[in-house]
Amino acid sequence: MTSPSKTRRRFDPAPLYKALFLTLVAAFVAVPLITTVLGGFKSLGELRTNPFGLPDVWEWENYWGILASKRYWVLLRNSLIIASLSTFLTLAVAAMAGFVFAHLKFFGSRMLGEYLMLGLLFPAATAILPLFIKVRDLGLLDTYFGVVLPQVAFSLAMSILLFRRFFKDLPPELLEAALIDGCSYIDYFRHMTLPLSRPILATVGTIAFVHSWNAYLVPLVMLNSDALYPWPLGIMVYQGEYSAEWNLILAFITLTILPTIVLFLLAQKHIVAGLTAGAVKG
Amino acid sequence: MTSSVSASILRPRARGPLSKLLADDKLATIALFLPPALLLYTLFVILPIGEAGYYSAFSWNGFGSPTNWIGFDNYRYVFENRAFGLALRNNVLIIVVSLLIQLPLALALAIALSEKFRGAVALRMLFFLPYVLAEIATGLIFSFVYDGNYGLLASVWRLFGAEAPHLLASPQTSMLAILIVIVWKYFGFHMMLYIAALQGIDRSLIEAARIDGASRFELLRYVVIPLLYPTIRLTVFFSVVGSLQLFDLVMPLTRGGPADSSNTLVSFLYNFGVMRMRVGFGSAVGVILFCICVTFAFTYKRWMMRDD
Repeated sequence: MTSPSKTRRRFDPAPLYKALFLTLVAAFVAVPLITTVLGGFKSLGELRTNPFGLPDVWEWENYWGILASKRYWVLLRNSLIIASLSTFLTLAVAAMAGFVFAHLKFFGSRMLGEYLMLGLLFPAATAILPLFIKVRDLGLLDTYFGVVLPQVAFSLAMSILLFRRFFKDLPPELLEAALIDGCSYIDYFRHMTLPLSRPILATVGTIAFVHSWNAYLVPLVMLNSDALYPWPLGIMVYQGEYSAEWNLILAFITLTILPTIVLFLLAQKHIVAGLTAGAVKG
Repeated sequence: MTSSVSASILRPRARGPLSKLLADDKLATIALFLPPALLLYTLFVILPIGEAGYYSAFSWNGFGSPTNWIGFDNYRYVFENRAFGLALRNNVLIIVVSLLIQLPLALALAIALSEKFRGAVALRMLFFLPYVLAEIATGLIFSFVYDGNYGLLASVWRLFGAEAPHLLASPQTSMLAILIVIVWKYFGFHMMLYIAALQGIDRSLIEAARIDGASRFELLRYVVIPLLYPTIRLTVFFSVVGSLQLFDLVMPLTRGGPADSSNTLVSFLYNFGVMRMRVGFGSAVGVILFCICVTFAFTYKRWMMRDD
């Protein structure tokens, strides 16, 4: 804070209030998270008497037991497969469509573009029952693709929008020069557009991955067998089984959100940019 | 489309066959690049919402084909359902809390954190972290926080010698508990949008106001906040749309209970439509939700965001 003049040095309470306010909010955010992580190290009895502080005895076996169980790894594997497939398909399908809408005018292109943008207006939940019946009739119920395809379809509108805007902002001289040299659109897409599009691929990929990784409703409706459950479904089952053993549940929660937190700390800039990008559309 | 001027100057004679070739290339590109997106989108987004409208006219459990036509009765059942009214009320409540508590909190934090000081970036990240966490994990963490026997709130209560309330188990407080979690989870997202907008503000405007003798409050009230109006309108939009589709957070906390006191529209759809396989009824709820979303999006864009 820059004080307006150095001659006047009266006590200014504003920074104090600000510090107090920030501390309170930081505590509001951090305390539930910290107690979750620490709670996983406590015995059930200690959790009850001492929920806030460090554990007296660090019960590593809560964590080791989960890490040694097949269950935890199967959940993470399923989530990883579903989220990777969703991300890859979203990137491929949306980038191609975004390329067409950015560079090619044809009869009906505007109308098609607006048709695709309808998807921005309503969430997947509105049509979840017909979606379930569709996936069932396609024979995709209880498969990874039964989850992946609807997720990709519902992320298309926003992704195409982001790709189209990015492609349009690339210098048009590039495309003109390439076309004069006899380069086809498809070659141009592969050899020029894609290599230049790392930032937007990272952005759209982040959104798609995080949404799929955290998704609950679509997998809940489409999957029946535990063997295919992604972690948000699996952790709900786990909580149902160990309903009173909060120390185990807290350890399980910690281990399942750990990948997200580690990734967030490693790539915070990309993730913040990616997740807020959809919002700042011009 | 700029049909490259330079091309026509450089090769005036090759125009005929070249443009034909280009046209074919165009066609090939469109034929290859567009269908995957259109197919997926039509099959899994547009058709289902249309079918929701169709199914909502039937009493159907999802097996065989829908034959029992009942017209608009499903809509009547929905509106006569007490739980639907509660869900609607809860969604309104979520929107009100988002607009009156969450967004002002986010704005205040953004203003406090937009100045550079040690730890500002770390605090931003801490406040954004809940947004990245899955709703399910968040819900479970808070069902521990609220737990009457082991939870954090319970131990705070015991500190004062009082019997801990089971916030999630009472119809009077279940929604309050959920609202607090909603603020916890989402304020960081809005704060980041405000911070981005604050960084885009022209410093000279603020300097000019300072030189003119504006107090800190006047500076905020008459300079900074008006400059943020486009972003504020955007965050209002996201708050409303987000609250209309809230579901994941409710499930680990209360599943909509007790006594349907904490359903949202989507959890109502899930509990009454999907769980009981009442396809017609659930589709009717979906159509109602769809209409609310689309009406809101169009009117809001039309009336509030027309100058953006």
